[in-house]
Amino acid sequence: MSEKSGSVIDIRTGLAEMLKGGVIMDVVTAEQAKVAEDAGAVAVMALERVPSDIRKAGGVARMSPPEIIQEVMGAVSIPVMAKCRIGHFAEAQLLQQMGVDYIDESEVLTPADEEYHINKRDFKVPFVCGAKNLGEACRRIGEGAALMRTKGEPGTGNIVEAVRHMRQINSDIKKVTNMDEAELMSFARDLGAPYEILMMVRELGKLPVPNFAAGGVATPADAALLMQMGAETVFVGSGIFKSDNPEKFAKAIVKATAHYNDPEIVLQASKELGGVAMRGTEISELDEPMKMANRGW
Amino acid sequence: MSKEYSNIVIGVLALQGAVELHRPHIEALGCGFRTVKTPRDFDSVDAFILPGGESTTILKLIANFGLWNTLVDQFAKKPVWGICAGSILMAEKVTNPEQKSFALLPIDVQRNGYGTQKESHHADINGYKVSLIRAPIITKVGEGVETLESHEGDPVWVQKGKYMASTFHPEVNQDFPSPMHRAFIDLVMS
Repeated sequence: MSEKSGSVIDIRTGLAEMLKGGVIMDVVTAEQAKVAEDAGAVAVMALERVPSDIRKAGGVARMSPPEIIQEVMGAVSIPVMAKCRIGHFAEAQLLQQMGVDYIDESEVLTPADEEYHINKRDFKVPFVCGAKNLGEACRRIGEGAALMRTKGEPGTGNIVEAVRHMRQINSDIKKVTNMDEAELMSFARDLGAPYEILMMVRELGKLPVPNFAAGGVATPADAALLMQMGAETVFVGSGIFKSDNPEKFAKAIVKATAHYNDPEIVLQASKELGGVAMRGTEISELDEPMKMANRGW
Repeated sequence: MSKEYSNIVIGVLALQGAVELHRPHIEALGCGFRTVKTPRDFDSVDAFILPGGESTTILKLIANFGLWNTLVDQFAKKPVWGICAGSILMAEKVTNPEQKSFALLPIDVQRNGYGTQKESHHADINGYKVSLIRAPIITKVGEGVETLESHEGDPVWVQKGKYMASTFHPEVNQDFPSPMHRAFIDLVMS
């Protein structure tokens, strides 16, 4: 977090600062990682299966096999992130041991602990975590997350949940910036948020760590939408390698993200997809247990 | 402060990376801060900062948007400061892996010279705290390049003429302005 060591941004959050304005792509193989890097991804996220396949296959979704992560690390020069299960600090230790650049304690995988998240302050490698609202974001930052992202509803190709989470966090932050200390303490209680972190949010008018967007991004316009809502980078999961033409698709999303506030360029990118986006799922068609955003506490 | 600086506008190439962190440093020196992405933006600034970020991504975006030749022309006539990824774009030779660059400075740069994020660290440069984040290492310094500072035996801040490069990030320090931003403005003024 931007907890200051001296007056310098924490080294773990520093890397997130460098990833701003970019696209982080989910990959399951070294070949996909190469495609992502060639398309201009700022980082890749190594995982066993993309969220839409996790939904289809069911069963327990875990950290990727170490061989795959190491192959991905060997294939690209950009940062490599990898997911571990919520609360599974031993998986996180393995990821740190392998030297991944970022760990995503992710609701996309099957949670290992239904009460506690990882104490991320114990790690040298930074963590990114998902949040639906400010309370959740502050709890994760309190545990030591160096970067936040919306949860969205991964693997659906449906942006509605990511939008909901981004709006919710923005609206909570607006409320906080107008509160005095007494109001803030009650709000902290209501949100279940650490008071000190909320104080930082009030002072900064934003989260004390960068805020990225994730969950359901399927088109260049989806990326532009979230960036205009205040996301500083987007994660794209199933959207790329479940599209007709991953190379073109990945390039187009990178292009749209770099110029998210220029509709002319986003339009140009949208015409360069080389096929159609992933089919997508209506959220109300999902069974409650299949809603990944509800995982995390 | 420094009134004579108020006419200077520094453009930070904003295709990707740590752009906004430069704003308070530049404004504390009384200069204008502008994010630049298009040829029209480039004409409106006096000097460039190539910020930290992912050099491969920035290179792809420069190519995708056909900005290479415009930037070559701009860099020929204006001062440039490359930070981390930016220093990679300025180097004559890039390794680990090899990649294209603007070759503004006769230096060799090895990408991710220290290793992965685990090896990222803070450093003290003349009493000012900075960060090296998946930083490159300058492995060779060519003729006419002045090494302004070294860290662990390697040059980390170099300059030749109107071009300056640092492999570390002073912009992550919240004491404004950083001595490096001040040095760059002095260079722009000279």
